[in-house]
Amino acid sequence: MTAQLDILYFAWVRERIGKDGESIAHPGAEVSVAELIALLAARGEGYAQAFAQPERLRAALDQHFVPLDALLGSGRELALFPPVTGG
Amino acid sequence: MSLVSITVGEADFDPASLLAQLEGLGGGAVASFTGIVRGGDGLVAMRLDHYPAMTEAQIARIVEDAQARWPLLGVIVVHRVGELHPGERIVFVGTASAHRGAALEACAFLIDWLKTSAPFWKKERFADGRATWVEARAEDDATRDRWG
Repeated sequence: MTAQLDILYFAWVRERIGKDGESIAHPGAEVSVAELIALLAARGEGYAQAFAQPERLRAALDQHFVPLDALLGSGRELALFPPVTGG
Repeated sequence: MSLVSITVGEADFDPASLLAQLEGLGGGAVASFTGIVRGGDGLVAMRLDHYPAMTEAQIARIVEDAQARWPLLGVIVVHRVGELHPGERIVFVGTASAHRGAALEACAFLIDWLKTSAPFWKKERFADGRATWVEARAEDDATRDRWG
């Protein structure tokens, strides 16, 4: 059975892609968040717009913030979003 | 065992009752910060989105960091989400400790970290119909980083 990776999108990443998230076949433990973003960017125009400037993106893997060069490892949930603006 | 209370939701809160809880913990000092939606520039409303599965756990990690640095008797954090209008309360951070230094410093630490390291995003809606996501500010990161 192929492992799945749940991807969640927030704020303008969600709006540009046009969905809250999706499940994909896990691309592999050795794939980094940045490499996955590059793969996702090829999925269509909304994705290309959302991921045009990776330096503006932040990520959380299994609900912990990670840098974009982090490897997916055995992670099951990846969230992609702009820098946070709470408080 | 100190009090830790973290609430994320749409409901408003009563700062007086939150402060009373902290005052009842036996310390000599209670400090708090209340954030209010700032009006001006034609702002009609803002909407706060968050990452429900992560938000409370991430705030709990920030509170643990504060507890490791200061001897706290209690921490209360309330962060609202959803649609908010100018003048409405958006966030509350309250701390109780034996002495004022710990209470004041921990309160400032908590709001600085909440602003920069908890998964919330604000979208502002203006009278002329524009709606824009708030950009993160580098000075907020610098303010957080002064804590080392």
